[in-house]
Amino acid sequence: MKSSVITFPGSNCDRDMDVALRKFGFKNKMVWHADAELPKSDLVVLPGGFSYGDYLRCGSMASKSKIMQSVINFANSGGMVMGICNGFQILVETGLVPGVLLRNKYLEFICKNVFVKINNKQNKYFKNVNNEVLEFHIAHNEGNYFCTNDQLKEIDDNNQIAINYCDENGKIEDQFNPNGSIKNIAGIFNKEKNVLGMMPHPERMIDKSLSGEDGSLFFKNLINNLK
Amino acid sequence: MKISVIITLKKDVLDPQGKVIHQTLDGMGFNDVNEVRQGKYFEIDIKETDNDKAKAKVEEMCKKLLANLVIENYKIIDPK
Repeated sequence: MKSSVITFPGSNCDRDMDVALRKFGFKNKMVWHADAELPKSDLVVLPGGFSYGDYLRCGSMASKSKIMQSVINFANSGGMVMGICNGFQILVETGLVPGVLLRNKYLEFICKNVFVKINNKQNKYFKNVNNEVLEFHIAHNEGNYFCTNDQLKEIDDNNQIAINYCDENGKIEDQFNPNGSIKNIAGIFNKEKNVLGMMPHPERMIDKSLSGEDGSLFFKNLINNLK
Repeated sequence: MKISVIITLKKDVLDPQGKVIHQTLDGMGFNDVNEVRQGKYFEIDIKETDNDKAKAKVEEMCKKLLANLVIENYKIIDPK
């Protein structure tokens, strides 16, 4: 399986993602944002970081970079595109997934482990994951998911919520919502479920002694689903 | 020609920064403030000399980059 990780000026989780993808069997290529052509890929990842210093709005500049037109075309033809953290912010700015990520409700940069509950397993990202709840890491200042009422209705109608913030038992309540996101939304799909944007970082949970292994579980499952 | 653009958050979008500014103003003794909403202001010096054409271009910029229409409104100030 071939993957590509796009590096924007200011990306800082691109190499972690590279390490994670390789660890679980992907042949990964790093792609510079100013390139026009996407290498042949089964999965394209927009990594976390602070592309363009978060100027104007997080992800807004990166969403207009040269490579993104190829990424958008790839996604529109059914290609798997995953945006993590800043990558999620870039995805909403391209319009590939609905909504927007606002400043965290309590104006704090949040850096901690969280639990998320998988809401929809009818897709290549979460199909066959045995767990209902995963422990991932978040680190962001703008992760407060917001959308219009019309968008929310569409999201619900098409079952586009991927994961919600919850407690370790999978209870989705306000008190387990770290950033003020509507409905505790931590990750969301496009209508077709080939594009996934999420704030948590699975690539930070791939080592038993350093973190936890729920990210390992995610990536192992992902590559199997793509085969 | 210089054109100014003001970007504001839509009415129903939470503005935590505006809220904190409001609270701080309150703490400083400015007790008669109802609400504070924070926005952005741009000055765009554009080569186009025709007023209408310049405004149309700036409007396109607003839609495509300067504002995110899910959460923000833009207002173009007439050049003088």
